[in-house]
Amino acid sequence: MTRALTVLATGPLSLVQDLGRPGNAHLGVPPSGALDAPSLALANRLAGNDESAAGIESVFGGLRLRAGSSCTVVVTGPSAPVLVNGRAAGSHTPVHLRAGDEVEVGSPLAGLRTYLAASGGIEVPAHLGSRSTDVLSGLGPDPLAPGDVLPLGTPTRPPRGADAVPPPSPPDSLAVPVLLGPRDDWFDGPAAQLAAGAWTVSPESNRVGLRLVGTRLTRAAAFADRELTSEPVVTGAVQVPASGRPVVFLADHPTTGGYPVVGVVPGDALAALAQARPGTRVRLRPVG
Amino acid sequence: MRLLRCGADGVLVELGSQAEVAAARAALLTLPGVVDLVPAARTLLVVLTPGAPAATRVREALDGVDLTAAPAVDARSVVLPVVYDGPDLDLVADAAGISTDEVVRLHSGAAYTVAFTGFAPGFGYLTGLPEPLRQPRLDTPRTRVPEGSVGVAGEFTGVYPRPSPGGWRLLGRLADGADALFDPTRTPAALLAPGDAVRFEVAG
Repeated sequence: MTRALTVLATGPLSLVQDLGRPGNAHLGVPPSGALDAPSLALANRLAGNDESAAGIESVFGGLRLRAGSSCTVVVTGPSAPVLVNGRAAGSHTPVHLRAGDEVEVGSPLAGLRTYLAASGGIEVPAHLGSRSTDVLSGLGPDPLAPGDVLPLGTPTRPPRGADAVPPPSPPDSLAVPVLLGPRDDWFDGPAAQLAAGAWTVSPESNRVGLRLVGTRLTRAAAFADRELTSEPVVTGAVQVPASGRPVVFLADHPTTGGYPVVGVVPGDALAALAQARPGTRVRLRPVG
Repeated sequence: MRLLRCGADGVLVELGSQAEVAAARAALLTLPGVVDLVPAARTLLVVLTPGAPAATRVREALDGVDLTAAPAVDARSVVLPVVYDGPDLDLVADAAGISTDEVVRLHSGAAYTVAFTGFAPGFGYLTGLPEPLRQPRLDTPRTRVPEGSVGVAGEFTGVYPRPSPGGWRLLGRLADGADALFDPTRTPAALLAPGDAVRFEVAG
């Protein structure tokens, strides 16, 4: 019996993700990694793994796997049905599988992305120290497809059942903090414009960026027709293209960009964006 | 020079020229706590580990640095073998008013530096291009430029690390058997990093 999980179904999109490959932006390589990193880290802790082990990030559930040997899996993120051989098992708690058992992750009741960790972690080959799939650059494994066999590493610690935790409930409206800069001076009263604006999450959003529909941000007169020479961009950057509709750069963002960045969403506020379904109402709250 | 806040622990340093970017980057290479040090054409992103305000740490590290002096760092040297049979060789020669042989001589005779990367993993923007070869992008970009293509655009030359759309004027291609510009399974994955010294040599 091999320690492996066979993919039977993926839902709309299931990807291998760990904590990514930060620190390679100077080579043109995006950071990538789980968009809701705290949820992946929690799944790994409950499964007895290091927080940095690779798991599976699924959008809108639909992931179905068959265990090649006995192993433990944990599903985190927003509350979602977890079934083992068709029977309810539960999320946010270790679930034991025997060889041949099938585990299925249903659609989350709210939110978007669920995370599945397996004891030993998924051990597909790493690219630049990470097993994450980068949808922009094509680094890491391809998106999962039925028939894929995912090898598991050797567990080093027993699963931790005792601290099973209640799942978070992603809200249908978000207030997102934004640290102004580096190019806030390109906008007319940037703090006031951000605070007064109202947006919803566009269905065009993906791991590269969260696209917002709603208020158009307007540039200061002196910058109306200015072209920005491409400059480095950080994760969480709120970039404002010519349309005036902001895009928040997520983990698979390009390392440079040619539109002004009015502000940056702090790292600890990004997990909530990862769970924002299309249509979620968004306010941007300028800080600092 | 201006320091612009870029998130909680980042600073975007705005500079006057590519040479100043290179000098500032060299001065910050040894700054403790650097998470990311990313040069671009006129800016340098510095992301530090959390702690004292990033702007203060960067300002102190750059205090007294002569940004007009060439950086005194040990650069890695990379030599790339090129077959000069690109589809735009005649176009570049005509635009420069020189022969294609002269284009090859100029391009392979110059010393380049990786100024920054971008566009795709492992794509380096190389400065040091001789003046006659500094030419605009194609009016209509190609939908597919083959991996290993060597092109020029504006003040830069570079090599496409993978097939992609592109508008650079193509002079040639990396010779068969040359090291790949980017191989995610190799360490290091990227052949070119900022600060590296690069030369092209005529292959075959």
